[in-house]
Amino acid sequence: MQNLKAFAKEIRLETLRVFEARGFGHVGGAMSVVETLAVLYGGAMRVDPKNPDWPGRDRLVVSKGHAGPAVYAALAMLGYFDKALLKTLNQPGTTLPSHCDRLKTPGIDMTTGSLGQGVSTAVGIAVGQKLSGFDARTYLIIGDGECDEGQVWEGLMLARHRKLDNLTVFCDRNGQQLDGFVKDVLDTSDLAEKFAAFGFFTQTVNGHDTEEIAAAVEKAKANKESPSMIVLNTKKGYGCTFAEGQEFNHHIAFTAEQMKEALEYAEKNL
Amino acid sequence: MLKKTFEKEPHMLRETFCGTLVEMAGADARIVALDADLMSSSGMKPFKKAFPERFINCGVAEANMVGVAAGLASMGFIPFAHSFGTFATRRVCDQVFMSCAYARLPVKIVGTDPGVCAAYNGGTHMPLEDMAVLRAIPEIVLVEPTDTVQLKNLMPQIAALDATVYIRLLRKNAVAVFEEGAAFEIGKAATLREGKDVTLVCSGIMVAVALEAADMLAKADIDARVVNMFTWKPVDGEALEKCAGETGAIVTCENHNVVGGLGSACAEHLMKTRPVPLETVGVQDHFGEVGPEDYLRGKFGLSAADVAAAAKRAVARKG
Repeated sequence: MQNLKAFAKEIRLETLRVFEARGFGHVGGAMSVVETLAVLYGGAMRVDPKNPDWPGRDRLVVSKGHAGPAVYAALAMLGYFDKALLKTLNQPGTTLPSHCDRLKTPGIDMTTGSLGQGVSTAVGIAVGQKLSGFDARTYLIIGDGECDEGQVWEGLMLARHRKLDNLTVFCDRNGQQLDGFVKDVLDTSDLAEKFAAFGFFTQTVNGHDTEEIAAAVEKAKANKESPSMIVLNTKKGYGCTFAEGQEFNHHIAFTAEQMKEALEYAEKNL
Repeated sequence: MLKKTFEKEPHMLRETFCGTLVEMAGADARIVALDADLMSSSGMKPFKKAFPERFINCGVAEANMVGVAAGLASMGFIPFAHSFGTFATRRVCDQVFMSCAYARLPVKIVGTDPGVCAAYNGGTHMPLEDMAVLRAIPEIVLVEPTDTVQLKNLMPQIAALDATVYIRLLRKNAVAVFEEGAAFEIGKAATLREGKDVTLVCSGIMVAVALEAADMLAKADIDARVVNMFTWKPVDGEALEKCAGETGAIVTCENHNVVGGLGSACAEHLMKTRPVPLETVGVQDHFGEVGPEDYLRGKFGLSAADVAAAAKRAVARKG
C-alpha cells in the first residue's frame, strides 16, 4: 500500500500547485479527500484513462463538487489530459472549472456543485449500471456539511430501497463547513449512526490512511443486497499548512510565501 | 388538420401518454419512467406492468427523482419523470437546472394538471408558473401538447431530442382538435385557421377556446387567425413575425400566469423584430384557488369571450 500513500502525496502536491496559480480556492475540502482519490484512482475503480467514456466503467460522482481541483490533479496524473492544463483552473475558457463538469473535463462523470444533487445522480447511475447489466460500481463522495441537504437523505433512501450494492458512498467527515464547525452550524456528529439507520453497510475509517480506505472499499465490494457507506474521519485542509486547523478554510486566499511553505511541508512530511 | 367539430375525447390524455410510452419503450430499451408516488395519478400503471424493471417509483421525493433521472440519462437511458406540474418544476427548479439542463442530459420532465386543470386540488397544486420557472433555463425545451393526436405525434420527437424537455401535460380528457394523421414539429407553430385581422396564439386547453373565439370574432367581422404555439421554448419566432406582419395584432392565450409565460415569450420576440399591438389572455398574476375548472376559467378570464374581447382591443390599437 506504500504506492497508494505515495500517490496521495503526489495528488496533494499537484492539487496545491493547481491552487498556486490562482492564489485562492476551495482548499479545505479538496485536501480532505486526497487519500480517497488516491485509493479510487490508484486501482479500486475500473476505469480507462485512454477511453474515458467506456460505458462499462466504474463511475465517480464527486457531489461535493468544489473538490474538483483535487480530482483534476488525480485525473491529470492518470493521463486523462495534459498536466499543463491544471494551471488553467478557473481561467476563461478552461476545461477545469471550480466545480466538476461532466462535459468539460475528461474523466468527470457527473456535473456537480449544487450540494446534494450528486447523491441522486449517483443513485441514477447505479440503477442504470444494473439495468444495463454492467458489472460496474458507482462511487460517490459527499461532505458532512452537505448532509444538511434533504436531497442527500432522499437519495440514500432510494439506494437502500433498490438494494444498490453496486453503490459505495464516501462521507468526508471533516467536521467543518463554510460557516464554521459542523457541530456549531448544524450538528451531524452522529452521521455514521444515521447512515446505518438508513440501511447502509457502514464503515468508519481514518480518511487520511489509504490502507484503511482501501480495505473498506474492498469490504464494500463484497457486501451484497445493500449500498455501502464509508465514513471518512478527516481534517479539512489536511496536509496544507495554511489551511489545516483554520476554522474558515472552505474557500481561502493565500500568499505565494504561504503556498511555498505548504508545498515544502507536504513534500517533506507526508 | 382540424376536426370539423371539437368534442371532448372519450379517454383521458394520460392514457394516450402512457400507451404511447409503452409502445415506444417496447421498441427502445433506453426508455425508462420515473414517478414520485403519483403513478396512479399519472396513469403509468400499465408502463410498470409492461416494464417493471424500467419503472422507478422514487416515493414522495421529486428532487431525488429528477437527479436519478439525470443519472440514468448519463448512462444513455431516456427517462420520463413525472409529478404534478407544481412539483415537477418550481419544487425541483435547481435539480432541473443543474443535474439536467446544465449537464446537457436529455431528461424528459412531465408535469400534469396544467394551470386551472388542477381544479379541486386548489391553489397549492395549481401550476400557473411552471413554464415561467423553467423558461429562464437555457436550452431547455418546453412543450404543451393539445390533444391525443398531437401528443402521440410529439412524443417520439421529444424522446429523440438531445435536450432536457418539460412536457406540460393535461391528465384529463382533452378537447379533440386535430384530425388523425396531423403532423407537428417541435419548435414550429401550427396554423389552425387563416385570418388577416388578428392572430390568436394559443396553447393547451386554450386552443379550443381560441377557435371558439375566432368564430365569435367572425360574427363581428374580425377575421382571426389561430396559431397553436405548443412549443413555448424555443418559441417559433419566424411564425410570430409572419403573423404580426400579416395580421398586425397578436393575442396570446395561455392557461398560465401572463408573467413569464407564452405571452411573455411572444412579446420578447416581437418587441425586437416586429412590434405590433399584443394582448395577453391568461391568469393576470394571481395565485390559483380551489374550485371546478369551469369556475376557474371564468374567474381568471380564460373564456372565448375573454379572448374575443382581447382581440377587439388589439385590433383597435392597430395604427
